[in-house]
Amino acid sequence: MQGESRAPFRNTVILIVGLFLFWELAYLVVGEVALRSPWETIRFLGNLMRTDVFWLHLADTLKAFTAALAIAVALGLLIGFALGLHRLSGDAMEPMLVSLYSIPKITLYPIILLTFGLGISAKIAFGAIHGIIPVALFTLNAVRNIKPILIKTGRVFKLNPTVMVRAILFPAAVPEIFTGIRVGFSLTLIGTVLGEMFAAQHGLGYLLMNAISLYNIDLIMAVTFLLVLFAASVNGLLLAIDRRLHHG
Amino acid sequence: MSAAQVTLRGVTKVFPAGAGGEPVHALGPIDIEIRKGEFFAVVGPSGCGKSTLLELIAGLTPPTLGEIEFEGRVIKDTVPDGIGVVFQEDACFSWLNVSENIEFGLRQKIIATEEKVRRVAAVIDMMGLRDFARSYPAQLSGGMRQRVCIARTIVAEPRLILLDEPFGALDQQTRLLMGDEMLRLWRETGATVFLITHALDEAAMLADRIVVMSARPGQAIDLVETGWPRDRDSRIVERENFGAMTSRLWKTLREESLKTMGRAGKGA
Amino acid sequence: MSRLRIYQFAVIAGFILLLEALCLAGVIDKITMPPPHIIVRDLFRMLLAGRYFGDIGKSLANVLLAFGSAYVLGVITGTILHGYRTARDILDPLFATYYAIPVFAFYPLFIVIFGLGDGPQILIGFLLAIVAVIVTTLNGLDRVPPVLKKTARVNKLSPLQTALRITLPFCAPYLLTAAKLALAYAFIGVIGSEFIMARAGMGYEISYAYTNFDNATMYPLILLILLLSIAANSLLSHWERVLLARRGQK
Repeated sequence: MQGESRAPFRNTVILIVGLFLFWELAYLVVGEVALRSPWETIRFLGNLMRTDVFWLHLADTLKAFTAALAIAVALGLLIGFALGLHRLSGDAMEPMLVSLYSIPKITLYPIILLTFGLGISAKIAFGAIHGIIPVALFTLNAVRNIKPILIKTGRVFKLNPTVMVRAILFPAAVPEIFTGIRVGFSLTLIGTVLGEMFAAQHGLGYLLMNAISLYNIDLIMAVTFLLVLFAASVNGLLLAIDRRLHHG
Repeated sequence: MSAAQVTLRGVTKVFPAGAGGEPVHALGPIDIEIRKGEFFAVVGPSGCGKSTLLELIAGLTPPTLGEIEFEGRVIKDTVPDGIGVVFQEDACFSWLNVSENIEFGLRQKIIATEEKVRRVAAVIDMMGLRDFARSYPAQLSGGMRQRVCIARTIVAEPRLILLDEPFGALDQQTRLLMGDEMLRLWRETGATVFLITHALDEAAMLADRIVVMSARPGQAIDLVETGWPRDRDSRIVERENFGAMTSRLWKTLREESLKTMGRAGKGA
Repeated sequence: MSRLRIYQFAVIAGFILLLEALCLAGVIDKITMPPPHIIVRDLFRMLLAGRYFGDIGKSLANVLLAFGSAYVLGVITGTILHGYRTARDILDPLFATYYAIPVFAFYPLFIVIFGLGDGPQILIGFLLAIVAVIVTTLNGLDRVPPVLKKTARVNKLSPLQTALRITLPFCAPYLLTAAKLALAYAFIGVIGSEFIMARAGMGYEISYAYTNFDNATMYPLILLILLLSIAANSLLSHWERVLLARRGQK
């Protein structure tokens, strides 16, 4: 692959160091009025993680997120498989799914709040609607693009339908499906936090917005840092698995 | 030579019309007899239905008219036991390594694990894949991947091996060497080999008998007996009558190919 | 109409009719959502009366600013980065992980630094959009086949001529894809920020209408945003398809 870089580990380290330096520089320029240094933020985060309140909010976000992810993956896979297997449906629905992908889904949040009320189910719905589309789209393409030659090969080996799915169709589709789940993971997280930022009484997103009204810069930076750290590291992990599944 | 293993009588294949099109009369009527243990080749211009012919014999598609028999039994649309197929496209399973791909060929066979392991190892050696047993298809060249597909096919010890332009994507030198390997396999396994190719020299070099097909709808217009000895290899090209063989094939084929090109020019 | 179009039309029409039926039957009550035809009617009235034009205009202006700056800077950055392998390799993990990061989480920080105005919103839209443009530009430049570059040299084209007459036309579909993505992300970034916290703009007005139980304002505005977003995306997608079809690609 022309796009793939060499020495990825070394590059990641350089990048991370670079980003921290950039942060420190920004802090030196802007000052205490609006920023905190990396070290201050990490220390504050450490202290924050010793409070009970923090863990309550974190738990709330995680609860909503895992539920949303489960729904997004389950429904996404279902829709993706159905559309992938039925050619006409897949061809017709795909552009529509792609359109849905590009609309600002936060626009639908008020509708969701009106439907689900102000509890955790609304948050779960926010997250789920973000994650379901990439899972569905990638699964749709994974199933649709299974090379016909593999199916022909299965027929030559006289595999019955169940075995055909288990031994050929599924393994052939897994790499693409996993990519969809990886993207779905990130988007569901973003959707959940976004929902909390818009309208919630608990959770990390709420904590962020609350910090603004209190003008608590330490808190803003600590929570932002934590979210970025979590999202980036999990995605990095999933990416590594993704690359291995695609067998270079 | 020996008894007929595959017989085609009046076989015709018509594909039903696609969206807003017309039915396609792809092949036939065609009568062919393939003898047990021989190396049989089919040449013809593009679009003449060679691949369709192979799929009919393999039982992957039923004939519209006529009858196909394999070892005395009629084939309709099930793949009979004892037939192996190597396709033109890359059919390796990207999620399995070479060894596992080949082992897949023994899926349907009920044999002990040690026997499976032994057979897979034997075939890996036969195809010269020992250094790549743990590699994944994505790490191999096109030629090697084809070898894996061939290995996967022969590990099940089929009595009839069908090859659909298996060396199409390879360069000339590799093709010649693969041809030698095919001959060696043919002798060692004792199977009947049915090869489709567009390369005349390849057919002339490898086969005992060659059928020349006409432009679409493909029909058999010539049958050539090469009369080569069983233990031949690519050096057969040095023989005097090799040139004559290829010329005869080309004379028949050239006219049919021109017909196809003419038709292609009219936007077929 | 092809079978495909009929299918798509049927799905959309079916969905709208279903909503209409559920609303009229009272399954969806008036407090949650008015029937679709009422929403459309209210939208017409709103547009004809010129209400909220200020907010609509402001949002769209901010979106265009975010889009424009992200697109121009993104293409330039991508082009430069394409020539510097090491820099590109170092930034590669960032590009690969970028869209997993909740960029909106930086919005509060931007508000603290820049104050509550248009700045933070445009910045969020810009940040969301720019990496997509950079990555797509890099992709396009990667794919210029070496044989075309060799052809340029054989024909003695200067670097500028090569760029204008070979690289640019070749990369045109990718540049279009980049524009499509940039617009979508700019839209999401700006409108999303307006929802979370703002003083003006479509997102703000919807949020305000929601807090005040003003369905008659909220739903038409939501519909407007959806229509604008889908229209822009469809237009650029269509253009993209035309360009690719001309080259025999899908």
